[in-house]
Amino acid sequence: MAAKKLNIKDKYRLLTRDLDWEYSYADRKEAFPYEDFEGIKITDWSKWEDPFRLTMDTYWKYQAEKEKKLYAIFDAFAQNNAHMNVSDPRYVNAIKIFLTGVSPLEYQAYQGFAHTGRQFGGVGARVACQMQSLDELRHVQTQIHAMSHFNKFFDGFQEYSHMHDRVWYLSVPKSFFNDARTAGPFEFMIAIGFSFEYVLTNLLFVPFMSGAAHNGDMATVTFGFSAQSDEARHMTLGLEVIKFLLEQHEDNVEIVQKWIDKWFWRGSRLLTIVAMMMDYMLPNKVMSWKEAWEVYFEEAGGALFKDLARYGIRMPKYSEIIEKEKEHISHQAWWTFYTHGHAAGFHTWIPTDEELDWLSEKYPETFDKYYRPRWELAKEMEAKGERFYTKGLPQLCTTCQIPMLFTEMDDPTQTSYRDTTYNGERYHFCSDGCKDIFEDEPEKFVQSWLPVHQIFQGNCGGPDVGDILSDFYHMNVGTDNMDMKGSPDELRWKQWKGVA
Amino acid sequence: MAVKAITPDYKGEVLDKVENFGGNQVVYVGWDHHLMFCAPFAFPLPPEMPFEALRTQVMPETFSLHPEFAEIDWDQVSWKLDGEDFVPQADVALKDQGIGHKSVLRFNTPDLKGYQGAGV
Repeated sequence: MAAKKLNIKDKYRLLTRDLDWEYSYADRKEAFPYEDFEGIKITDWSKWEDPFRLTMDTYWKYQAEKEKKLYAIFDAFAQNNAHMNVSDPRYVNAIKIFLTGVSPLEYQAYQGFAHTGRQFGGVGARVACQMQSLDELRHVQTQIHAMSHFNKFFDGFQEYSHMHDRVWYLSVPKSFFNDARTAGPFEFMIAIGFSFEYVLTNLLFVPFMSGAAHNGDMATVTFGFSAQSDEARHMTLGLEVIKFLLEQHEDNVEIVQKWIDKWFWRGSRLLTIVAMMMDYMLPNKVMSWKEAWEVYFEEAGGALFKDLARYGIRMPKYSEIIEKEKEHISHQAWWTFYTHGHAAGFHTWIPTDEELDWLSEKYPETFDKYYRPRWELAKEMEAKGERFYTKGLPQLCTTCQIPMLFTEMDDPTQTSYRDTTYNGERYHFCSDGCKDIFEDEPEKFVQSWLPVHQIFQGNCGGPDVGDILSDFYHMNVGTDNMDMKGSPDELRWKQWKGVA
Repeated sequence: MAVKAITPDYKGEVLDKVENFGGNQVVYVGWDHHLMFCAPFAFPLPPEMPFEALRTQVMPETFSLHPEFAEIDWDQVSWKLDGEDFVPQADVALKDQGIGHKSVLRFNTPDLKGYQGAGV
């Protein structure tokens, strides 16, 4: 008589590896058409070690339990008007960036992993990618639900999805993921699974979740806890992917190294916005960006690359530039948003005197010398009733799409300009890293949808910037944007707290 | 290979070719060592515009917010066009002195060191 219940080992086999089948009448290559064109050589998919032993039925069970707890806390958060417990209404602007800039990336990750989950020839990798795909869909949903409470009380949350597709600074995260998703499945896994999820994710999630905890935002903290076990799985998948590719064939090493170079550079550019959030947007600070970079990249990442050295993998190209940039990028980015505060979907402000002193203490080599004078100027202008909003539109980097705000590390007051010519057309970059990426695949990056150029081409309505902001971006001009000082967010907060 | 694509001979559409700008060309202008403006500015300009119009009408719209802009002695300013030393001719059209689509013009004011002498 057959056993009524399968033992764990049999269940695991049947629900993962056994889902594959032999191709008796169809060509396997036609079934997995994306597997060859990137040049990666897989000799034996059966060598893939499943990074986590989880079957679909167990997955649903775990996730359902986590959801139940999570939504109970969201309900309690809403019922207790817990938005009133945040440290300062300035904090809420950090999660506006999260909802418009990061949550839609979770959705793109869901799409990307669903695609790779279909395209890999090995069933173990397919199952792992499908589970991550579902995780990412869960993350975008739970983030939206966590933040929907803030949408009832603060401005700037209402059009996050529309804004992600159109707003000038949101083209940075959007194009990052578009680049990864339009690459082949192996590059996608090195880009997102390894570089982002394994190495850089700590620099995104730790600051946001500890930032939330330090600033009284329990909804976001709870989301973070709920995502943590998923993230742990994603990290093991990222690590398995790189080890598998490097062990399958020695010809893979050079290709993987090129992707590591590309995606660490792109990742460090993308994280500029997190750097700015940590140093400028959290009223209660967690640690400086520089400290976070040292702990999570230089120490943890350094140890990882020592491990990978036995495969012939070295540290990402331009690591030495990135190491110097940790002293600068958060200041350069917040200044960019402060001076473009009229065109941002959140509020900006001059740091308080205590915050300026904290920055001096955390950045003794650079802050007083290069960045404090900018804030002195901003204060002087504000005192005269001429709060500084820049006019005109900035030049953008063709690859990362960030305004050309980065400077030469051996001459930090000089904009870093790089350019190249392709088919008679000039292209501009913020760095050698971004230039290399373009030159490796120009036919991809000639298609960069650069917001400033799109405005000039008349594709974003206008021509007045105010009309573009309201009609094309769907910002509530005068409400979502401009300085924190005097904003409706600030006025409401004062009324709730009973202060003048 | 100009791209790794599953489609043979994949070609991307050049989104920023000059034909797409309705008769204008894009010119970028940056002031060296003056980072009150976080990045160089991008301007859509008619290629026939004389340099003088760029300097005296277009540039002040954005740059004049800087406290040092009014102090610039334009005879002392040195220019770079697309990375090379450049001497602009005031009455000549942009396109007739090599300022083309997506050219970068940089100007340097060695006597003006930025707000508080800090390159701001």
